[in-house]
Amino acid sequence: MSARTLPLLFLNLGGEMLYILDQRLRAQSIPGEKARKDEWTDVDRKRVMNDIITTMFNKKFMEELFKPQELYSKKALRTVYDRLAHASIMRLNQASMDKLYDLMTMAFKYQVLLCPRPKDILLVTFNHLDAIKDFIRDSPGILNQVDETFRQLIETYSCLSAGEFQLIRQTLLIFFQDMHIRVSIFLKDKVQNSNGRFVLPISGPVPWGTEVPGLIRIFNHNGDEVKRTEFTTDGNYVTPQREGSFDLYGDRVLKLGTNMYSVSRPVETHMSGSSKNMASHAKENIVPNPLAKEELNFLARLLGGLEIKEPGGGETGFRLNLFTTDEEEEHAALTRPEELSYKVINIEATQEPGRRAELSRILGELEVADPRPASSGKGED
Amino acid sequence: QAAWCVLPSRVLLVLTSQKGIQMYESDGSIMVYWHALDVAEHLPVHADASSGLSAGTSSGLVLVFDIPPKGTNITVSEVLEQHHDAITDIAAELGQAPDGAGDLVTADDAGTLCIWSTGEEFTLLSKIPAFGCCCASVKLWNGIVAAGYGNGQIRLYEAATGLLRAEVNAHARWIYALDLAPQTGKLLSGAEDSFVHIWKLSRNPDTDNVEIEHCHAECVTDTQVCGARFCDPEGNSFAVTGYDLSEIYCYGRA
Repeated sequence: MSARTLPLLFLNLGGEMLYILDQRLRAQSIPGEKARKDEWTDVDRKRVMNDIITTMFNKKFMEELFKPQELYSKKALRTVYDRLAHASIMRLNQASMDKLYDLMTMAFKYQVLLCPRPKDILLVTFNHLDAIKDFIRDSPGILNQVDETFRQLIETYSCLSAGEFQLIRQTLLIFFQDMHIRVSIFLKDKVQNSNGRFVLPISGPVPWGTEVPGLIRIFNHNGDEVKRTEFTTDGNYVTPQREGSFDLYGDRVLKLGTNMYSVSRPVETHMSGSSKNMASHAKENIVPNPLAKEELNFLARLLGGLEIKEPGGGETGFRLNLFTTDEEEEHAALTRPEELSYKVINIEATQEPGRRAELSRILGELEVADPRPASSGKGED
Repeated sequence: QAAWCVLPSRVLLVLTSQKGIQMYESDGSIMVYWHALDVAEHLPVHADASSGLSAGTSSGLVLVFDIPPKGTNITVSEVLEQHHDAITDIAAELGQAPDGAGDLVTADDAGTLCIWSTGEEFTLLSKIPAFGCCCASVKLWNGIVAAGYGNGQIRLYEAATGLLRAEVNAHARWIYALDLAPQTGKLLSGAEDSFVHIWKLSRNPDTDNVEIEHCHAECVTDTQVCGARFCDPEGNSFAVTGYDLSEIYCYGRA
């Protein structure tokens, strides 16, 4: 498996998370002058997006991320996103956080699966980063941080061979294996079947560097072409127009990784249809994880780099609901199938004294952040 | 990767993993050999009566093992250093090699192919340069090398000279699997584009040209094919596996 997968996994999932949060915040926002104290406004939305993006692209965090390492479990990764989603004044209930994570992972799984060339996974990542830069285009400080990460991606990945990219892609696909949560926006657009499997089109442009299938050429021992024959299939492929850009700025051409949500298309997930995989999921929960210690180390290192802002003073944070009503959210929490529970790692609940002391120290260090203006009201920038 | 290595005197179970290469007696009872490796990724392993047991590493080395009929005195007899990129596949001659043609072919991540004659020592006969594409799968039959590439092409080369004899724009995505039915020269290719194709290889006796014709296409709907194998030596049936698929699909001639 590739030890260079984590940055791509994290950034793309993070990008999807931001798309979804942005859409939900817009859907729930009220014009400033009409809003009550506990309702979202546009200013709030921008602030949440800024806060999360700033936390995500924190230099120390990125350094840890880019170190060659194995991918850890879905549980461990989910814990990082839990923290990230709470990097601002926004709060999410368990049910909404579960739904958010389901949507993020299924979206990125789809993008990885449909990547024409293994290298195109980088273009998908760039699409996400281009969109993130647009979210914070009014904040040059954060923009700089994102550009730094962009440059690091180009430096780390540009020189990899197709074989190495294919290994990264396979590592990601194994991470997402057996996940078949149905997403209504995918079902409506007919990119996902009702059994949760994605539709793989057999038409459209072939990847850059591939020829349209059909031609057989025969050469004699002098190297001259002596015969041409053709064969046909049900596929209906065409030559691609141009290659996407791998530079800091440019037309990526590929649409995978761009924002598919909009205010008018709410996103829902369906929990059923995964019972066939119950056996494998049940096994995962029962067998003690031999990597548990490494996972905690990984989390400690990664979260140690995240500077999370706790809401100060009397501010309690504003709750975002990923469902249409509070009742729906409650119902989702109660009816979520056991095999799909993420069982988020609760760091504070660690029993082992040595580990606890270590993590307490790291969590303690999070309080001693760079001096920054204390948040005193939701209207403050 | 796990493979049964059938040698003249014994059968070994060879496992390649992050720990390296481990060999067990065929009932899995005793580990008879362990070659530890630093960097662990996909390690192709191949064994047959004439060429013995060989394994490729991610640094491009091909290790050839000397396996005694019994016991644990297994040693590395040769280290072949012709590749500079991770070895992706190793294949031995499945039919009759014409004079001068090699009996083993190795492929790597960059797309370079090496053709060897095995025997007392391994000798490099020819090296086919890469053309910019990873070669994930390779087969050797009657002196013809069949190679499947990441850009969806299948190429046929003359094993004796390394010359390109045929080029097929076979698939729209990465070719994962090639298999060959030695009794008929049928070639099976499976790729990420959901398609499995059956081809027929032959040699024109008059022109001595290598020929390849398309026999059949099968679309495994909404599945990225990861593995494909003939189930019989004539190539009348085959099995397919794919990503996210918990079943093996078997196809046979009606």
